[in-house]
Amino acid sequence: MSEKVKVTIDGITVEVEPGTTILNAARQIGGDIVPPAMCYYSKLEGSGGKCRTCIVKVSKGSEKDPRPMPKLVASCRTTVMDGMEVQNITSPEVMEARAGVVEILLINHPLDCPVCDQAGECDLQNLGYEHGLQKTRYEFERRTFERIDIGDKIQLHMNRCILCYRCVFTADQITNKRVHGILNRGDHSEISTYIQTAVDNDFSGNVIDVCPVGALTDKTFRFKNRVWFTKPVDAHRDCPTCSGKVTLWYKGADVLRVTARKDIYGEVEEFICNTCRFEKKKTDDWVLEHPTHISDASVISSNHYETMIPLPVIQENLRLQEANKVELEKTAKF
Amino acid sequence: MARKLLLEHINVPGINTLDVYRQKGGYRAVEKALKTLTPDEVVEEVKKSGLRGRGGAGFPTGMKWSFLAKPEGVARYLVCNADESEPGTFKDRYLMTYIPHALIEGMIVASYALGAKTSYIYVRGEMMPQIRILERAIAEAKAAGFLGKNILGTGYDLELYVQPGGGAYICGEETALLESLEGKRGNPRIKPPFPAIAGLYGCPTVVNNVESIAAVVPIINDGGDEYTKIGIGRSTGTKLISASGNLVKPGVYEIELGLPVEEFIYSDEYCGGIANGKRLKATVAGGSSVPVLPANLTLKLANGEPRLMSYESLSEGGFATGTMMGSGGFIAFDEDQCIVRNTWNFSRFYHHESCGQCSPCREGTGWMEKVLHRIEHGHGKMSDIDLLVDVSRKIEGNTICPLGDAAAWPVASAIRHFRDEFEWHVREPLKSQETNYGIAKYAEPIAKAEVTTDN
Repeated sequence: MSEKVKVTIDGITVEVEPGTTILNAARQIGGDIVPPAMCYYSKLEGSGGKCRTCIVKVSKGSEKDPRPMPKLVASCRTTVMDGMEVQNITSPEVMEARAGVVEILLINHPLDCPVCDQAGECDLQNLGYEHGLQKTRYEFERRTFERIDIGDKIQLHMNRCILCYRCVFTADQITNKRVHGILNRGDHSEISTYIQTAVDNDFSGNVIDVCPVGALTDKTFRFKNRVWFTKPVDAHRDCPTCSGKVTLWYKGADVLRVTARKDIYGEVEEFICNTCRFEKKKTDDWVLEHPTHISDASVISSNHYETMIPLPVIQENLRLQEANKVELEKTAKF
Repeated sequence: MARKLLLEHINVPGINTLDVYRQKGGYRAVEKALKTLTPDEVVEEVKKSGLRGRGGAGFPTGMKWSFLAKPEGVARYLVCNADESEPGTFKDRYLMTYIPHALIEGMIVASYALGAKTSYIYVRGEMMPQIRILERAIAEAKAAGFLGKNILGTGYDLELYVQPGGGAYICGEETALLESLEGKRGNPRIKPPFPAIAGLYGCPTVVNNVESIAAVVPIINDGGDEYTKIGIGRSTGTKLISASGNLVKPGVYEIELGLPVEEFIYSDEYCGGIANGKRLKATVAGGSSVPVLPANLTLKLANGEPRLMSYESLSEGGFATGTMMGSGGFIAFDEDQCIVRNTWNFSRFYHHESCGQCSPCREGTGWMEKVLHRIEHGHGKMSDIDLLVDVSRKIEGNTICPLGDAAAWPVASAIRHFRDEFEWHVREPLKSQETNYGIAKYAEPIAKAEVTTDN
C-alpha cells in the first residue's frame, strides 16, 4: 500500500489509507464527530451521496492545495487528501445545513412512530431527535402510497421511505438477480417490484435490515412488540446458505424476530439468509452466545441486561444457562 | 449588421441538405482539420478561441477537451447534449432543425480532436422531428464519405449515432445523460469521478452542448484568433439567444457577445421592443434556472453602466444584483405579468423534473412549489415568504447535481427583487386573483442606496 494520509476532523488528526472517505476516516476516530449516514452503507458498493445528512465542511482541501471546498460535501463519497481539514460538529454552517436536511427528510415522512415497528431502532428517529425541529413547518398533505406486500414475508410501506436506495443496492449486489428498483421520479419516486412481483430469493430479507426507516418491515414481526420491550441475544447456527450469525430478539421465552447482527453504525456485520430470518424462531434452533451489546444511547438499552437480572428464559432453560455461563457468573458476583 | 457565424446561411433554401450546405462552404472544417491539422492542434485552436460552453455553465470548451484522460487501449467518447429542455431555451432545436449539418460537421471535427471513434448525439425524446432530420443528415454525410470508415481517405473512422432520450429535464445534466445513454435510469452520478476520467461505459467522455460543437466549425475555418475578435473580454464569439415572452419579435437570434441588453430588447434588428406598447418589468436572462431580474437591473448594472449580453456582464454584481448567461433563454415579462405566478410556474417545473435521488431537491422542490401555489392562489401568509427563502437556501449547494441550485435560484431571486409583489399577494388575496401588481418601481432607475448585498 502507498503511504497513509493525514486528515484532521474537528481538530482530531487520524492517519488513514489513501482512498478512504471522510466518513470512514471519522469512523476510525469514532465518537460524536462521526457524521450520521442514512443512505451510505459500507457493505454496499455505490451507496451513499443521496441523503445528504453526512455533509461536512472541508476547510482545507489538502496540503498541496489548501483552498477550502466551495460547497459542503457528502462525507460518505468524498475521499480524503493528505493534510485535509474537515469540520463537522464544530461548524455551525454544517449543523444548520444538516438540520435543514433532517427537516426536509421529515416533511413527507408520516411520523407514525407510535405504530411503526422500526421505532426504537430507527435512524431517522435518532436523527430527528438530535437535529430536528419540535414543530414542522410543512403544512400540506404528505404524499401517500398503498402498502405493498413484497412476497409473503416483507411488507413495503412506501410512505415511510426516504429513498436511500440501500435496498435497491442490496437486491442488486447480494442476491442473484435484481428484483426491485425505483419507479417514477421526484417526490413521487417509489421503491417497487415492477407489477408487484414477489421478491423471491434466499437473501431478500436483508432489505429489512438495511432499511434505515420503517419502510420495509418483517411481516412475521409486524405489530408483535415494541423493540425496546424485547431482549436481543446474539446466537448462531450451522446454516448451509449463510454465516448463521444472528441476533435473536426475545420477549419472555419466545423469539419474536431474528435479524442480522448490527454494528454501532447500524450496519449489518454479515447478511443472513431468509431461512434463518423467517423460519428459525425457536430457541432450540440456535446456539446462544451472549446478550447483544446495545449502545447506552439507544432506547432499547433502557431495560437491558445491565439490570443484571437474567431473562426468565435463561433461568429456566439448562442449555441457555450453559450458554450464558459467563454472564450468569457475573450476575452472581454482584 | 452584426457578424453571424452559425446562422449565416440560415435563410438559404435547402440549407438542411448536404448539397446546399456544401455549396455554402460546409464541411470545409472537416477537410481542413482531418487533412492538415493534428488532433492536438484542433484542441489548441479551440482553446485559443476562448469558446465557452453554450449549455449553461460557460466552462471553456478547449479546457474541457484538454482534461480528457487518454489512457492506452480505452475508447473515448464524444457525446453531444441535445437534451435541451430548459424553459425559455430553444436554440439547439432551431439549429438542429434548420442546419443539421452544422452540428454533424462540428461533431466530426470535435470527435477527431478527441480521438473518439464513436460519438453520440443525445436528443431529447420529445424532439422526434429533429431526430429524423439528424438521422437523414447523418445518412447523407455518410454517403458523401464524411462519416464511417476512412473519412476522406485520412484513415480516421467515426460512427455517429442519434439517441433519443426519454424526455426528462434531468438528462440534460451530463452524468444523468450518460446514465440514460447507457440504458439506465437517468440519475446524476456522484462526482468525482468526472466524465473526462470515467464517463460513458466507464471510459473518458466529453459532453458538449449542440451550440458549442457547432461553434467549432467557424473556429476551425477561420482560426481561433479570428474567433476571439468577436465578443468582449473572456466572452468570445457569437451566441444564440432564444428570446421569448412579451417581445415584438421573439425568436432565435445570433448575437455577438457584448451586445448591450437594451439594444437586444429594443432594436429592430433583434427583438424590436416590448409587445403591445407595454413596458418591460423583468427578465430572465439565461433560461429558467438563472435569477430573475427587474427591468432596471436588467438594462443597467448596479453602478449605472449599461449591462451587456456577455458571461461577465450578466453575472456582474453576483446574486445580489446580477444574473447569469445560462443557456441563453431570454424571457421578457411586460408590466402585466405576475412574477409570483411565474415563479410558481418555474417551481412547478423543477418539482416535476427532480429525479428524486437526493433528499433536499426531491422534497424541497415540492415544498417550494406548494408554498408558492398557496401564495399565488390567495392563501398565503407573510411567514411563507421567509419560509421560501429558507427552503431555497437549504436546497442550494446541498445536492448532487445543479438541478437543486437551478430550482432554488429563481425562487430566491424573485423574492429578493420582487418581495413587494409577494407581500401584496398575501395582503390582498382577493385582488391578486383579479388584477396584477403592475410595474411598480421595477423599471425606475436604481437609487444607489437600494443596492444591498443581503443574500
